[in-house]
Amino acid sequence: MPGLSRRQRRVLFEPIFDNNPIGLQVLGVCSALAVTTKLDTAITMSIALTAVTGLTSLSVSLIRNSVPASIRIIVQMTIIASLVIVTDQVLKAFVYDISKQLSVFVGLIITNCIVLGRAEGFAMQNPPFSSFIDGIGNGLGYSAVLLTVAFIRELFGSGRLLGYQVLPLTTEGGWYNPNGLMLLSPAAFFIIGLLIWALRTWKPEQVGSED
Amino acid sequence: MQYSTLYTLVFAAVVCLICSVLVSGSAVVLRARQEQNAMFDKQQNVLVVAGLVEPGERLSVAEVRERFEGSIRERLVDLATGDYPADEAQALEDYDLAKALADPALSSEAPANPARVLRVPNYARVYQVMKGEQVDRYVLPVTGKGLWSTLNGLLAIDADGATIRAITFYEHAETPGLGGEVDNPEWKALWDGRAAFDNAGQPAIKVVKGRAKGPSEVDGLSGATLTSRGVTNLVQFWLGGNGFGPYLAKIRQQGSSA
Repeated sequence: MPGLSRRQRRVLFEPIFDNNPIGLQVLGVCSALAVTTKLDTAITMSIALTAVTGLTSLSVSLIRNSVPASIRIIVQMTIIASLVIVTDQVLKAFVYDISKQLSVFVGLIITNCIVLGRAEGFAMQNPPFSSFIDGIGNGLGYSAVLLTVAFIRELFGSGRLLGYQVLPLTTEGGWYNPNGLMLLSPAAFFIIGLLIWALRTWKPEQVGSED
Repeated sequence: MQYSTLYTLVFAAVVCLICSVLVSGSAVVLRARQEQNAMFDKQQNVLVVAGLVEPGERLSVAEVRERFEGSIRERLVDLATGDYPADEAQALEDYDLAKALADPALSSEAPANPARVLRVPNYARVYQVMKGEQVDRYVLPVTGKGLWSTLNGLLAIDADGATIRAITFYEHAETPGLGGEVDNPEWKALWDGRAAFDNAGQPAIKVVKGRAKGPSEVDGLSGATLTSRGVTNLVQFWLGGNGFGPYLAKIRQQGSSA
């Protein structure tokens, strides 16, 4: 990607596989359970979270040298909350159907640890553009997991992808008997667990020490 | 770096000010679009149970408005008597269900019921689907508890006041794939032609376990016994004496001329 330094590129792409916020840090899992029964809600949620994380990191980094340390967390939360409300308003105005399905979970981006984690952990020490890139990168890392989980759940749970029937269901004369478990929250836990297992087998340096 | 208390307070105030401008600004700028979306959504749902939109058909905002204004007449019904109020046009304009439900003068507490409906408004908004000058269907709002969530839907009754034509739930949070199958078009199609009442005029329509047998039965949703039961309860409640029972009884007496 032109225009990005080596370091910035690392900041952008590292969170996708090497330092995935869900896979390695196991942050932000709760929304990953709730919005992944269908791919279209997962895509919208991914975009919303990536935008909020990027913009929050950017804003926090812009004011990092003038924010009093005693109120820094609440300032970060105020910024996050405002951006989330704006995002929710935008979704309601432009993708009403999907925003109805996401309902409360867009609002719950406020409590997603990834956003505050990047603001406090990275943006407070780094210049605005790097922070923005870092926020986007972590949003993409979250999105990668979310989309994988949603792909598996929608395909095996309802035989569909993005609402289009891919596997013909037995109830409609086809051969595929949908796996109802895939549509329940525990399935997302199993899939995320298996993904973390796969990721750590591929990259053994991510395995935590036993204590 | 150490900051003074005054600086901290001023800084917090400035951050709050900027954020509130951002939030209220976006709310104001986007409100018109959001209201249009909500209106479009409501009209589209009515058109679906009115039988004026084919399942899967995608309409533009203008098409939905045109069809809605062309064939749907909004009415206000006094639930206790089944009559239209005298000042109907004005009352319809001022009608706000959420406000009515919060106001003891405009709504009353529902008797204990399995659909767990808490309050019933004195007046309800219904939709008449017109074919020329004749009413073709009545579209009634229904609501009640399923397994996890409150189901909000619309029930279309034939001009005879007794035969169910269609049902849809435009808002619910039942388990996708199980209770969420209330959205399944094939299941919803089973409602067409079912008899809403028994011979004594009591609500009889029922979602049964397994296959439907009688004229008032609808196949159950497999794996969703509680959602099926919730649907039965809420439909029966709204067809009953505390809901649209008196209104539908009048329609049955008078024929479709009402």
